[in-house]
Amino acid sequence: MVYLIRVQLREDYSNLIFYLSPLVAVALTLFFGSFIFLILDLNPIESFKIFFISPISNSYGISELFVKATPLAIIALGLSYCFKNNIYNIGAEGQLTMGAIFGGGIGLLFNDSTSVFLLPLMILFGAIGGAFWATIPAILKTKFNTNEILTSLMLTYVALFILDYFVVGPWKDPAGYGLPKSMPFPDVGRLPVLIDGLRVHIGVYFALIICLITYIIYNKTLFGFKLKVTGLSSKASQYAGFKYKNLIFYTFIISGACAGLAGLFEVSGPIGLLYRDISPNYGFTAIIVAFLGRLNPFGIILSSLLIALTYLGAEDAQLFLKIPSAVGFVFQGLVLFFLLGTDFLNKYKVFIK
Amino acid sequence: MQSIVEFKNIFKSYPGVIANDDVSFDIKKQSIHAILGENGAGKSTLVKILYGHVKPDSGEILINSDLAIINSPSTAKNLGINMVFQHFSLFESLTVAENLILGMNENISLTKLKDKSKTICDKYGFNLNLNSPISSLSVGQRQSVEIVRSLLNNPKILIMDEPTSVLTPDEIRKLFKILKNLVNDGLTVIFISHKLEEIINLSDYVTIMRNGKVVSTISTQNEDSETLGYKMLGYKVSKAKQVSDINFSQEIFNIKNLSTHSKDPFTINLNKIDLNLKKGQIFGIAGVAGNGQKELMEILLNENDYEFSGDIIFKDLKINALSTFQRKSLSISYVTEERLGHSAIPEMSLSENIFLSMNHKSEFKKGDFINFEKINSYASDVIKNFNVDTPSYNVKAGKLSGGNLQKFIIGREIMSNPELLILSQPTWGIDAGSEAFIKKTIVELSQKGVSIIIISHDLDELLEVCHQISVLYEGSLSNPLNVEDINITKLGKYMGGLFD
Repeated sequence: MVYLIRVQLREDYSNLIFYLSPLVAVALTLFFGSFIFLILDLNPIESFKIFFISPISNSYGISELFVKATPLAIIALGLSYCFKNNIYNIGAEGQLTMGAIFGGGIGLLFNDSTSVFLLPLMILFGAIGGAFWATIPAILKTKFNTNEILTSLMLTYVALFILDYFVVGPWKDPAGYGLPKSMPFPDVGRLPVLIDGLRVHIGVYFALIICLITYIIYNKTLFGFKLKVTGLSSKASQYAGFKYKNLIFYTFIISGACAGLAGLFEVSGPIGLLYRDISPNYGFTAIIVAFLGRLNPFGIILSSLLIALTYLGAEDAQLFLKIPSAVGFVFQGLVLFFLLGTDFLNKYKVFIK
Repeated sequence: MQSIVEFKNIFKSYPGVIANDDVSFDIKKQSIHAILGENGAGKSTLVKILYGHVKPDSGEILINSDLAIINSPSTAKNLGINMVFQHFSLFESLTVAENLILGMNENISLTKLKDKSKTICDKYGFNLNLNSPISSLSVGQRQSVEIVRSLLNNPKILIMDEPTSVLTPDEIRKLFKILKNLVNDGLTVIFISHKLEEIINLSDYVTIMRNGKVVSTISTQNEDSETLGYKMLGYKVSKAKQVSDINFSQEIFNIKNLSTHSKDPFTINLNKIDLNLKKGQIFGIAGVAGNGQKELMEILLNENDYEFSGDIIFKDLKINALSTFQRKSLSISYVTEERLGHSAIPEMSLSENIFLSMNHKSEFKKGDFINFEKINSYASDVIKNFNVDTPSYNVKAGKLSGGNLQKFIIGREIMSNPELLILSQPTWGIDAGSEAFIKKTIVELSQKGVSIIIISHDLDELLEVCHQISVLYEGSLSNPLNVEDINITKLGKYMGGLFD
């Protein structure tokens, strides 16, 4: 048989390189990204300055970086539970949307409230909404052995249509000139900002707390051990007496709750009401964040900041370079592509004849 | 006789270890040449060099007196060199025939290949259904697939790595007959082994390796297992001997009328199995691979709620419906056939692998948290008490040799003070030193009152350590035979299904 390219599993693949490969992927992204700018007839160095440095050169920019990084980090931390367990929850965007509907719905229901308990209740319902939406693929997988990638992804679109229904239907603001959006939440339903005049909000603290708890769970607890074992070998997990079906439920519920939380933070934080486009694909981008952070809680915090920067850079590039903001997604795609590539080359040797 | 392979001053080193140190010897054409040595003696590296899988640092290989540069397995195959590995490389979900066609260098249609394979199977007596998926085959049958796959390439030289470790005496006899016929047809067989008896029975010449060096290359004619064993190890191995005249009284474990009724054509249904185990007794379950061992072990472990009728009773308690976790909590311990990925996880440290099997023990937990201090000290004790050769408990399990890892796993289970220990293939594919150690440990354990069930294809092992042996044949378990009354003829009949 004639092969042009042959791949072979490396017997001894490097752990160091596993943790360094995100850096390699970022470096390659910048390198190939500069060609994109060259093709667009732009000076790559100037463009990178506008893309990656100017967005965070003032306090407003840094605040915005955290505004974008917070939902990414919270969702990605939740997703890491699923991914560690070899469960591929692709539907965080839908779970985020459901969180916003549940939590935001509470805000609209008690629209004239002045109670300090309104916000905690909204946060609780945000998490419940996301968890509820994530339970559906978990049930389908454990009862009918359906593929969770498909079901969780498809449920995303269902959630988006439900949100659509509410904002053009029952929850439409009567004073909103017919626009598809709800009334604003009452002041007690808004997420407190950290610094007056900037948008960065207390969701940052939630992200850090979730990060720490996740770190402890992964490294110190029986539950974290179960996830690690099951991710490495399902047979060994049975030998250890772990119940895989329970783990599927737990990990889906945790990741759904995190996504729901992020969704609620978006609507009760920067946005302040419900409307159609509450998320610029945070739920999908968080998948990249989770893998770029190597499913490590601290790594996820770092990668969420980096990916948040591509959102900001894309906005600035649109403004100052007159190029479409979709360039930001191109960079996210490149990072993921190179990350998967470096991981592959770390795991396998490639021979070309 | 003319030499077909000549190794000349082969050197190969890996970081921290010299695998082959100035290895030189010849292999005669149309002979069966054994390479004998402990795990880590360098025999696998040497044949991998011959097969083009590993590049030597220096040295030459002559094939038919011509210098051969073998830098890939496909070059080796073009030179007529084929190899059957100890760890099979078969695609589980594909059928036997599909796996066979994947190994072919030439273009051939599936129908043609099936005819050709069928001829080989019939000629040499391999019992294979070409349309069965690999996942439904026993270890022994998988090996047959590997051998047939090599034979399809019409090799001149066939390398076999530990070929007999999964076979019954009968199958070994058949394999030997096949190999001798093949040699008469012009083939040269190189086989790696650490089983002394079979080397003497099968091979014409043997090269003994120790620590990467060749100790000597000799004809097997004037050797017996003791002299050969001494040359291999450099010291003498004492055999574990079971004390036979004990009166066992206290019943500890019973299987009553156990049957399964699966409709899956690829599993063996168990048929009215009765088993009666007393305190301190070692009970062996012999039989050819694929006669229900896998299914019986699954029921004993209960990892997947396998459905069955009948009862399993442990110390007067019906444990039919109890999960693996609950059974372990009752002080039943298990060592499964597969080490990597079942009873141990290669990517995890030895300490973590302790907790893998001991997570039911409250002493290793503080609420929902893991008590790593206790686990580490338990791991140190296992390493010390069971002669596990490793620098630390932080080493990943996959870095240990088969023998060392098995000592670690068995040690892990024994240190938890089980009342019943169930072992499947406890010494499969491990070195002679570890094998002897494990057998000795098992015998000592029974003398302390622990009851033990061993499921094994290795009759010698069972005869050495067990008090009683039953044979599993097509899902039925024979009446137990006391080891002191056993003769090989009777056992051979039982293994062929001739019992009531």
